[in-house]
Amino acid sequence: MCGQSSRPDGVLPPPRVAVLDNGLQVRIIESHTAPLVSVWCWYGVGSKDEGPGLTGASHWVEHMNFKGTAGIPADEFKQFIDRFGGFWNGYTWIDQTTYVATATKDALDQMLFLEAERMDRCLYDAAATESERTVIVSELQGGENDPDHLLDIEVTATAFKAHPYRHPTIGWVGDLHAMSRDDLHGYYRRYYTPTNATLVIVGDVDADDALRQAERRFGGIRAGAIPTRRRTVEPAQTGERRLEIEREGTTGYLKVAYHAPAATDPDFAPMLVLDAALTGAKGLNLWASFGGPTPQRRARLYRSLVDAGHAAAVDGSFVATADPYLFMVSATAAGGTPLAELRDLTLAALDTVCAGGIPPDEVARARRQLQARIVLENNSITNIGHQVGFFETVAGPGVLVQLPARIAAVTSEDVARVAARYLATSNRTVGWFQPI
Amino acid sequence: MTPTLGLAPVREQLANGVTLIVTQTPTQPAVTISAAMSAGSLCDPIGAEGTAHLLSRLLDRAAGTRAADEVADVLDFHGVSPSITVSRHTTTVSCDCLAGDVEPVLGLVGDMLRAPACLDADVEIRRGQVMTGLREDEDSPSTRALDAVMPLLYGAHHPYGRATKGSPATVEPIERSELLDFHAARFAPDRLTLVLVGDITVSAAVAAATEACGGWRGQAAPLVSPPLLPPAPPVHRRLIIPMPAKSQADIVYGFTTIVRSDPAFYAYWVMNNVLGQYGIGGRLGQSIRERQGMAYYAGSMFEAGHIAGPLLVRAGVNAENVDRALESIDIEVAGLARDGATGQEVMRAKRYLCGAMPRSLETNAAIARFLQTAQQFDLGLDHDSRLPGLVDAVTVEAVAEAARRTLIPEQAAVVIAGPYEGS
Repeated sequence: MCGQSSRPDGVLPPPRVAVLDNGLQVRIIESHTAPLVSVWCWYGVGSKDEGPGLTGASHWVEHMNFKGTAGIPADEFKQFIDRFGGFWNGYTWIDQTTYVATATKDALDQMLFLEAERMDRCLYDAAATESERTVIVSELQGGENDPDHLLDIEVTATAFKAHPYRHPTIGWVGDLHAMSRDDLHGYYRRYYTPTNATLVIVGDVDADDALRQAERRFGGIRAGAIPTRRRTVEPAQTGERRLEIEREGTTGYLKVAYHAPAATDPDFAPMLVLDAALTGAKGLNLWASFGGPTPQRRARLYRSLVDAGHAAAVDGSFVATADPYLFMVSATAAGGTPLAELRDLTLAALDTVCAGGIPPDEVARARRQLQARIVLENNSITNIGHQVGFFETVAGPGVLVQLPARIAAVTSEDVARVAARYLATSNRTVGWFQPI
Repeated sequence: MTPTLGLAPVREQLANGVTLIVTQTPTQPAVTISAAMSAGSLCDPIGAEGTAHLLSRLLDRAAGTRAADEVADVLDFHGVSPSITVSRHTTTVSCDCLAGDVEPVLGLVGDMLRAPACLDADVEIRRGQVMTGLREDEDSPSTRALDAVMPLLYGAHHPYGRATKGSPATVEPIERSELLDFHAARFAPDRLTLVLVGDITVSAAVAAATEACGGWRGQAAPLVSPPLLPPAPPVHRRLIIPMPAKSQADIVYGFTTIVRSDPAFYAYWVMNNVLGQYGIGGRLGQSIRERQGMAYYAGSMFEAGHIAGPLLVRAGVNAENVDRALESIDIEVAGLARDGATGQEVMRAKRYLCGAMPRSLETNAAIARFLQTAQQFDLGLDHDSRLPGLVDAVTVEAVAEAARRTLIPEQAAVVIAGPYEGS
């Protein structure tokens, strides 16, 4: 055992950076705290890259990429990492698709072999495509069982008029029924190239040796064309939008979404602090909620809504994205509080901050919370690998390393400025789920 | 198969009976605090189900000499948010904090467990949150199916059949005095196991624990022991919970199994991996998801406890596929019981379970959970070192015997919740 995986200020050790001849970006961090290694392979493709008729393609392709390759039969693929006691998974979101495996370090070569196979030699068997269609529709229907999830989809679709962030990552059900095997295979061939990928290796490895192994497994894959993309810029919102879902249910839910800055925007760090002051610090990891509840007892909205008995829960969501996305506040109505009252109280609290900012002591607490969460969230090589690859893919090099210092430098004036800019009435979409 | 892991925890007992277990790890400048009190929903008075759960929701409000705002200040200043959970046997407070913050955070955790004030205003706020949570559960097919299978398996009045969170009817009338009585009777230093894992020495941990909990005096009422054998008859039981507005149906298909101290535990662990975990959901996932494309999730979970715990098969499927999915579960369950697992399946499952151990003990929080379990079931401080050998010793015959004893479709308790009204 030697060395800690992150410093007390939350800054991760600098990765070994390399680019293979075919364009594959490689990042390696040595961490010798356990005999384990985590391999993440990231692709710069997500639901924002999908056009009409193809919504859900990125996610479906992710599923298909577990259905066998030329070198790994379909019925062995999902057991491949289990042979080493490993954890494996994949996920797709608006900007990125990624695959992970974490296992004992003797599995490194096989993990790299599997990812190289996935990048270039997936089968896209027609029968497997049809079988997976119903699995994905089942996943979609499982999500629809949750009214909060349903509301999230509707609010997001209302907040964006033009940008493809408006459609859900799982896709619209009509597209899921209509897409063909060839649509999916074409999408795979277009985006799964070394030039559109980042390989991250974190764990008990020698960086030089790990790089040699990566070159051996990935070096023979042809570079492929850099995918060209047409970008749609969401026009500035010109007025508040509201929507209501009325459905059978037991509980009322409220969501307020504001257009918010992208990860590379100078306003990103002040917005993180603003979110922490309003609803508690989540850290920087997309999956922070899995690490336990948010510290939020002194947060503005917790005090005014939950402590006062109007809401059973309140939460905020603001994460790093490639293009400007959303800062979303969610609240669950407490029994006896009409949704309209919860909505008015929430908007009034947000309008107060929009007009007057946050006092310095609350900003200082929010900064400190964020700094603690950043240290605590880097608690495993899997999480470190995620953070390195995620920020490289959605924000580019250097952003993650700089964030702790950028957060430390945020002032109450910065927070007041972003609150005035982004929490404006004309910039928001308000939605609620009214149970009947 | 796997090298000895060697957590090498140290166990100390404070003068007032608090059990302290410490493992120093250098991974991060952080420490996990896990405080488990042997007082869970088993201790709920009859008719007041949900008492332990409601009390748990009040632990992080006013406590000792601290007002609720002061508790909130300490937590938020240090970026700490305790996770407070209630099982049938324990109430557990756990959190991660920076290494330099252990003393103030542990001091607060000690106050939360020793002297929650349960002020009237806080009781009403927290009761409201619990009631909202119960209403949300009523709207979730997966939660309703999972909750409903336990009384089917154990009987509605068995301690394992009663709802841990209670119901609106039982939570609504709980008085503040009942919460305080429950705390006085069930929370005591000799029922507390405190586990500290992270960047902290044993001597510093003992000093911090003594400062936080050493002054606590008191004795708890005798432990509640549930009947060892579930009273529910081992016959096929089936419950449909129609939820026509939902998009998907959730199936839970369960059995009772064995106690944790049963020597067959490791054979059951391997058997469950074969049935519903290996790869993506074991044999069940291979059939229901991979071959038939019927479900996003299909698999099984196994939990042995102080009494015979449950093995639950779970799947989420379109209502049109419920009957076909149930038939597939019947086939896989009966097939494993009849023929056992193959030598290759057992070998693969054992290799997976042993190989997963270093990974499953990578974080401080995971180590803390492992040590709490080892303490709860008296598995020994060296359990992490012995575990690979115990799994490795499982035979094909032992796995077949575990399947034969338990996986009997005619004795399953089955719940379907969702847009399904029966075939």
